[in-house]
Amino acid sequence: MFIEFFFLLREYKLNVSIKEWLDLMEALDKGLAGPSLLDFYHLCRSVLVKSETDYDKFDLAFSEYFKDFSSPFEIPEEVWKWLNGGTKIKEELYDKIDPNAPKYQLEELKQMLEQRLKEQRSCHRGGNYWIGTEGTSVLGHGGFAEQGIRIGGESRYRSALQIANERAFRDFRQDNIIDTRQFQVALRKLRQYSTTVDAPKTELDIDGTIKETTENGGFLKLVFEKPRKNTVKLLLLFDSDGSMLKYSKLCSALFQAVHKANHFSDLKVYYFHNCIYEHLYTSLHCIRGEWENTEKALNTLGSEYRVIFIGDGAMAPTELFRPGGNCRIGLYNELPGIYWLQRIRDKYPHHIWLNPIEESAWDHAYGHVTINAIREMFPMFELSLDGLEKGIKKLLVNR
Amino acid sequence: MDQKFNCFTGSDEYVAAPELMYAVNVSIALEKPLLIKGEPGTGKTMLAEAIADSLGKELITWSIKSTTKAKDGLYVYDTVQRLYDSQFHEGDVSDIKKYIHLGKLGEAFTAEEQPVLLIDEIDKADLEFPNDLLWELDRMEFYIHETKETIRTRHRPIVIITSNAEKELPDAFLRRCIFHYIAFPDKATMRKIIKVHYKDVEEKLLNQVIETFYWLRDINELQKKPSTSELLDWVKALQMGGVKVEKIHDDLPFLGVLLKKNQDIDVVWEIREKGYTRKGWGV
Repeated sequence: MFIEFFFLLREYKLNVSIKEWLDLMEALDKGLAGPSLLDFYHLCRSVLVKSETDYDKFDLAFSEYFKDFSSPFEIPEEVWKWLNGGTKIKEELYDKIDPNAPKYQLEELKQMLEQRLKEQRSCHRGGNYWIGTEGTSVLGHGGFAEQGIRIGGESRYRSALQIANERAFRDFRQDNIIDTRQFQVALRKLRQYSTTVDAPKTELDIDGTIKETTENGGFLKLVFEKPRKNTVKLLLLFDSDGSMLKYSKLCSALFQAVHKANHFSDLKVYYFHNCIYEHLYTSLHCIRGEWENTEKALNTLGSEYRVIFIGDGAMAPTELFRPGGNCRIGLYNELPGIYWLQRIRDKYPHHIWLNPIEESAWDHAYGHVTINAIREMFPMFELSLDGLEKGIKKLLVNR
Repeated sequence: MDQKFNCFTGSDEYVAAPELMYAVNVSIALEKPLLIKGEPGTGKTMLAEAIADSLGKELITWSIKSTTKAKDGLYVYDTVQRLYDSQFHEGDVSDIKKYIHLGKLGEAFTAEEQPVLLIDEIDKADLEFPNDLLWELDRMEFYIHETKETIRTRHRPIVIITSNAEKELPDAFLRRCIFHYIAFPDKATMRKIIKVHYKDVEEKLLNQVIETFYWLRDINELQKKPSTSELLDWVKALQMGGVKVEKIHDDLPFLGVLLKKNQDIDVVWEIREKGYTRKGWGV
């Protein structure tokens, strides 16, 4: 039958098992699909997809499989933003339709879209070439071209394919940026109960005691067990100023999630500006004097702490590699920043670096020299839900 | 077509989106648990009540807490009582059955008629909890070790499971469920929901309330966005307070009903005054 759909779903990285596929077949056998494609869409989705984070992938796969005349391009997030920022159509613009505009075939339009997606770097409005709103370009929405591919904008009637194409659930994608609560959920995985570690049996096991006592003919027999407590201690090092300001919302979400998480056995937070030198700041705004000696902090915090750096790692190379590289006026560092990073790496076997810059940009973003130097020292992950989860797995395993 | 199919169509008290009704009916027909996720206040728990109501079935609710263990739902063996009885020679201690008390799941399995079983907030429990229930939910039977008895379901219950996504659920468990995510209702659905609860609400008030409510929800700086149940409370407060309709959007009366955090209330007023806010970062 349409087993290709199954493989297509798997190609779209949807974790659909044979069991679920057979369930779908059973549902179809029972005639649950109903007459319309929309019913079928809902049936497939409720049986095959088990998380709202996957709804978007499912929508993409569904519209690809069932609509061969309009393949859903992966429209990058940014293009959506440009289009969504569109202003209201102004009446006086209506005379803009150009009767001499070239007519395109669908195949040509698709090729154009593919090409523009590769070239376009910014938001466009009112032009005739780029993907944008208004204007007479054939790509985008809210414009005045007679034909073209509409991307986003408002739809007027709803069919299953349109709903799939609308991708209402794209915000739930796990590779997207997320809020405090989702971070919290991810952080909960960062735990290690000491029953797996050697510890004396100090807690009275009430259930066990009762059971043993009953089996002992009513004579008391005490049973002890190891206490189950999270042993994870966490050291957070936040790059909090300068170039990090634009990520403040994202960092704030993580920051609050960590503070709300009460399952850590200990939590220490320090801040730094671009790189770590002799001092670790104790306040968010990195105020001179509100700090602790890095040396002292390293001595007091044992190597069992798990270290998470949060920073873009983007700075001038001198700030990382040279003595005196500290960019704050009046502060001269005898030892280069990289020395301190190495110290931290060597002392704490469990460490990760979370970077709010997208992973795909690490090789060419501003500061890519220092980003890559830091990547060689620390396992670096993108500061997104996926990245955090991967990072936490890394923190939990023994190196 | 299965006779049972298509029997749930929402109820007087509950406005169900078509795709949600669809998911419910698929899960009933395929005899699989229905896993419902969604923002708090989108009516996940209410759904089970509505299903039980509209199908005329008994609702058995098993509320999960962080300390709940899978076995608690099946049965509890009251060893302490038995121990007491044996020491004071009361009752027939050899009759273990007396000391076995069925949990909610056990209750649902042994019910005379097909019940609706709601396992509420399954994500509250320990990470392994859902895995411990796999066999029982699959086969709808369990074994009581103490009496060497197998409890089998007479009428496979309709199982509704809700989750707030505090923990991720194990894959093996998810594979056995039908899944539906309740998206936050749009304005039109919200109107219906309010009307279902307050039949006498004025049209003018309704318009204002909905406009203001969605304006509030669009503020990204809010730590906790108001949900449906809070909106319903607000409508009630506005009706009872006799507030002038024109003033709702400007004065935001009874804002504390919608927003539960001081910080959020400050944010809203700051936006009102300046048009932007810088709060939200830090603790």
